Amino acid sequence: IQVTVRDAINNALAEELDRDEEVFIMGEEVAQYNGAYKITRGLLDRFGEKRIIDTPITEMGFTGLATGAALAGLKPVVEFMTFNFAMQSIDHIINSAAKTYYMSGGIQPCNITFRGPNGAAAGVGAQHSQDYSAWYGSIPGLKVVSPYSSEDHRGLIKASIRDPNPVVFLENELLYGESFELSPEAQHPDFTVPFGKAKIELEGNDITLVSHSRNLTFCLQAAKQLKEEYGLTAEVINLRSIKPLDVPAIVKSVMKTNHLVTVEAGFPAFGVGSEIVAQVMESEAFDHLDAPVERVTGAEVPTPYAKELEDFAFPDQPTIMRALKKVLSL
Amino acid sequence: DEVVTVDLPATSFEGYELEVPELSFRTTKNTLLQMYKDMIIIRRMEMASDALYKAKKIRGFCHLSVGQEAIAVGIENAINKKDTVITSYRCHGFTYMRGSPVKAVLGELMGRRCGVSYGKGGSMHMYTTGFYGGNGIVGAQVPLGAGLAFAHKYRNEDNASFILYGDGAANQGQVFEAFNMAKLWNLPAIFSCENNKYGMGTSASRSSALTDYYKRGQYIPGLKVNGMDVLACYQASKFAKDWAISGNGPLVLEYETYRYGGHSMSDPGTTYRTREEIQHMRSRNDPIAGLKHHLLELGIATEEEIKSYDKAARTYVDEQVELADASPAPEAKMSILFEDVYVPGSEVPELRGRISDDTWSFEKNDFSNKFLTPSSWIKSNGNLALAEGKPKMEFKKLPDFLAWSRSKSARNLATLCSNSSGILV
Repeated sequence: IQVTVRDAINNALAEELDRDEEVFIMGEEVAQYNGAYKITRGLLDRFGEKRIIDTPITEMGFTGLATGAALAGLKPVVEFMTFNFAMQSIDHIINSAAKTYYMSGGIQPCNITFRGPNGAAAGVGAQHSQDYSAWYGSIPGLKVVSPYSSEDHRGLIKASIRDPNPVVFLENELLYGESFELSPEAQHPDFTVPFGKAKIELEGNDITLVSHSRNLTFCLQAAKQLKEEYGLTAEVINLRSIKPLDVPAIVKSVMKTNHLVTVEAGFPAFGVGSEIVAQVMESEAFDHLDAPVERVTGAEVPTPYAKELEDFAFPDQPTIMRALKKVLSL
Repeated sequence: DEVVTVDLPATSFEGYELEVPELSFRTTKNTLLQMYKDMIIIRRMEMASDALYKAKKIRGFCHLSVGQEAIAVGIENAINKKDTVITSYRCHGFTYMRGSPVKAVLGELMGRRCGVSYGKGGSMHMYTTGFYGGNGIVGAQVPLGAGLAFAHKYRNEDNASFILYGDGAANQGQVFEAFNMAKLWNLPAIFSCENNKYGMGTSASRSSALTDYYKRGQYIPGLKVNGMDVLACYQASKFAKDWAISGNGPLVLEYETYRYGGHSMSDPGTTYRTREEIQHMRSRNDPIAGLKHHLLELGIATEEEIKSYDKAARTYVDEQVELADASPAPEAKMSILFEDVYVPGSEVPELRGRISDDTWSFEKNDFSNKFLTPSSWIKSNGNLALAEGKPKMEFKKLPDFLAWSRSKSARNLATLCSNSSGILV
């Protein structure tokens, strides 16, 4: 069946709420409004106001409160209307949630899921358009995922809620309405996607394209163009997980294709691509590279408002093609 | 155990939108005696910490609560083990009162394996049953504590969360965010401001537009308590717990107290206040001297007995210091360094040490050894090839090998090696 990303998350949340009384959802407009992006549609009616909780617009406070509830053993799912607002909460995500298990010498776990749209939407300006993958991906104690398809979202949100550690679940607003095939296996109530396992979306031999979330769409388009125009095949890797990062999958692919391009919407400096390049340099794949790795990223600029400039600031199929041609000397 | 009646002075409490607790209450002689013993142990423990710090056995930050003992002791006597407590970095007394032995607190301070947090937390990060730290970020514990109260309510427990913060933290925005949600959702949250008059070196009046911290909940009733009197602390805390579990929602308490020492070990505590002020509080308002007075007056103990308790506390803490000091530090090895980053069984596959060779694999419970350097590669694979009697390639020097390894043929060879039995052909 074809399922939208929105419905995939919604159904998975409902199943987890059904499965475990200690799971609850908290955030701005998650209950009566049915979710700012309708991810939690219908959940209030089904689970009641004890478990689907509208908060005031006080991100630091409710993130701290939910983290405290997690320290007491509950399993909160905190929705941020977007991860841009979680900058108000980042102290609790990092200092209170991610570090407490370590600081307590393993006495005090914190089973919590932080989720919401991440990265640039369309035409919302600089303060509402930032990709936080690299920010959270650098923190020990956190797990960070950035799913692409409906299967990814469904399997990973379930894995996140069931994981005893704090998990940052980065969605993308522009994917919510996209439909993907959901296999019968993935429809099972206990279907989960493991952390740290990338998925090869397209097999290929000539170059490896690594990406996550929405940019996979452009990577697959570029791979198609590469095949049509040059008869070369790209192996497209969907990271799914930012932390842990599936370095073995990337290394294995690079050893086969000898070429690598990374694609992400984050800022270029200290980004997911930067980390992948560093990891490849430290791996046996280094000796297999036939050309320097190229990173395709968001431009190093606060996100502009005008469409002409915004489009110019994020990866797209033509830009990825430029990178592929450069690395393959086409 | 004999029941006694305690009569608190009228100055013990001030209410805000609230009828203050009864000034007269009944308790037992043993309870009062135990309060005394606990306060002197906390003070001895803090003094031992001071000495250990000066002997350079404690590192980094260390914040002592000498002068403020009545609050931890008063609260603990008013609640049970299913209630929850969370506080700031000035947490040693609370950790002890919640059930950690002195050895474990001091062991943590000295970074020993026997510490409450196994040497991973330090002075500011101690946890035990019903006690959620020990938090180093000023004010962060307040919404966390509201979350503990949320969990009590979610599970329909007859328990309350005592959330301690200082007069400095009282100005943090997140404190007011927590007040708001606690009142909206009627949480059993006791917001407990320990007003020791100074946030680091800034006096309350220089940091707070309203220094009546018990009134700062605005729409939440408040109670000011003489925090230098353990009996007032006890009675107020008991009142607060009853209030919360009776479904009245949150309460803002202000325990008015005083810290005798500086903010931390690096602060002599004399540049922003006078020596006379400190001396005045010590001699006129000390919580231990105050309870001692009651014990004598109520005939619970004689001067001689009290002296013997003081001596016993000193001996006990000294022993605990020795035991803690004799305990080993955590071994500097990867399995210990990387333990507790993630819950066992749910770890990420590996965590990286200082260089890539120090990457630790949780699956192997050993180093990942994920990438052999060219020299180690030639050692293992080259030797293996020789052993198999098929030495097609030989490299006398590493640079020759490196040059070759960048060629296509080396790649094919390496692929063959990793794909088959490791034989060079």
